[in-house]
Amino acid sequence: MSTSKRVVVTGLGATTPVGGTAPETWSAILAGRSGARPMTFDWVEEYSLPVTFAATIHTEPGEVLSKVEIRRNDPNGQYALIAAREAWADAGSPEVDPERLAGVIGTGIGGVWTLLTQWDTLKESRSTRRVFPLSVPMLMPNSATAAVSLDLGARAGAHTAVSACASGAESIGLGMEMIKSGRADIVVCGGTEAAVHPICFAGFTQMQALSTRNDEPERASRPYDTGRDGFVMGEGAAVLVLESEEHARARGAKVYAEIASVGMSADAHHIAAPEPEGAGASRAMVEAVQRAGLSASDIVHINAHATSTPVGDIAENNAIRRAFGDATDGMCVSSTKSMTGHLLGAAGALETILTVMAVKERTAPATINVDDLDPEINLDVVRKEHRTLPGGDIAALNNSFGFGGHNVALVIKSL
Amino acid sequence: MAMTEQEILAGLAEIVNEETGLDAESVQLDKSFTDDLDIDSLSMMTIVVNAEDRFGVRIPDEEVKNLATVGDAVSYIAANQDA
Repeated sequence: MSTSKRVVVTGLGATTPVGGTAPETWSAILAGRSGARPMTFDWVEEYSLPVTFAATIHTEPGEVLSKVEIRRNDPNGQYALIAAREAWADAGSPEVDPERLAGVIGTGIGGVWTLLTQWDTLKESRSTRRVFPLSVPMLMPNSATAAVSLDLGARAGAHTAVSACASGAESIGLGMEMIKSGRADIVVCGGTEAAVHPICFAGFTQMQALSTRNDEPERASRPYDTGRDGFVMGEGAAVLVLESEEHARARGAKVYAEIASVGMSADAHHIAAPEPEGAGASRAMVEAVQRAGLSASDIVHINAHATSTPVGDIAENNAIRRAFGDATDGMCVSSTKSMTGHLLGAAGALETILTVMAVKERTAPATINVDDLDPEINLDVVRKEHRTLPGGDIAALNNSFGFGGHNVALVIKSL
Repeated sequence: MAMTEQEILAGLAEIVNEETGLDAESVQLDKSFTDDLDIDSLSMMTIVVNAEDRFGVRIPDEEVKNLATVGDAVSYIAANQDA
């Protein structure tokens, strides 16, 4: 659709394991800093968790939000509100018709803390009157989107992508399409997750999905390294303000990059395991590049999903090769999860921000902890030092995949 | 020992502040929970349960709708505390 509108990024916001804001997060990524740290919660010992560390939030929401906002939002919504307000301010708090402004915040798990603490309250008190009246609106998966749209007065629509670890990227894809199809001029979109809860550790450990490198948390997330043994649980939120280019230019907004296209597919293969040949994932990537009107040789950088699991990193490697063939050699690949850990439903949004910054600053961040590159990986992995990206018009890809076989690829173009 | 109405008002103001963020000083006897303080029925539920704990009273759900003003609540609590 050559007539459809161009969609640009005009605001960024994030609260992550490595920084309380988007600029802080980008600086930490450039400094190669890990957000993984030992967990000090009582429940780590109480339940004898086999994993005793996580990439927990850098800046406590209580430092940013009011007491009442904390009480009335699950941490899942709190993180989203913080990131959305930062992104909105960064975009210059634009004047916009509320009916042309939308919110799309995805999440993988939702308000798990509210669900389980209120369940505990009911079990212990045996009285429904003790249960917080806002429990349901706080635990529902659309809670964060609702809180953000309420906060910004977004009335064009409020949507929630729930596709496990692809939720954040899918939300950005949906937001972009809302603008392209004319449903909104501005969409505040991204992902949020607050699942650092013992039940999530128990569940993921039973799947053998998490790294158990308890003695070296900062070295635990090591995508592409032969010593990788699982992902590192992260939490936080990342939000972008997307805007039609004409709307952004008309108000003289600063623009970071273009969100050119999204490719999406489903594996229909297994509830949790990636399809080993990467057919579905590669279809999403190919579709994204085609929809952007580009060819594989235009893509210079990939922010990979690469979570540091033994199987997942190989499957994505194969999917990239399958999608792009020899053109893959011209793409340098980073896994920023080596530093941030895996933010589940927020991961795709955070990595879109990092891809936007990589394209804008012409710098592909180094993947940390790749001491011994797995010989099965035949990608140009950026490690040890950052890679300078070429000048002129460039494009990059951000991959996100989720349990359930969800595949999302976004193309980000320089402006 | 029973609390005075003044003590109950001060305690109730703290509970309202905790739930809604309203200044404790704005919680006065003549103020309507809905019209003046803009407290919705969901917040009222939490305020009632917290008041029950703090003042040792039982405020049945059917009684809550009769507590239109802060003064109504203070009188009800004063009359029923330590029952």
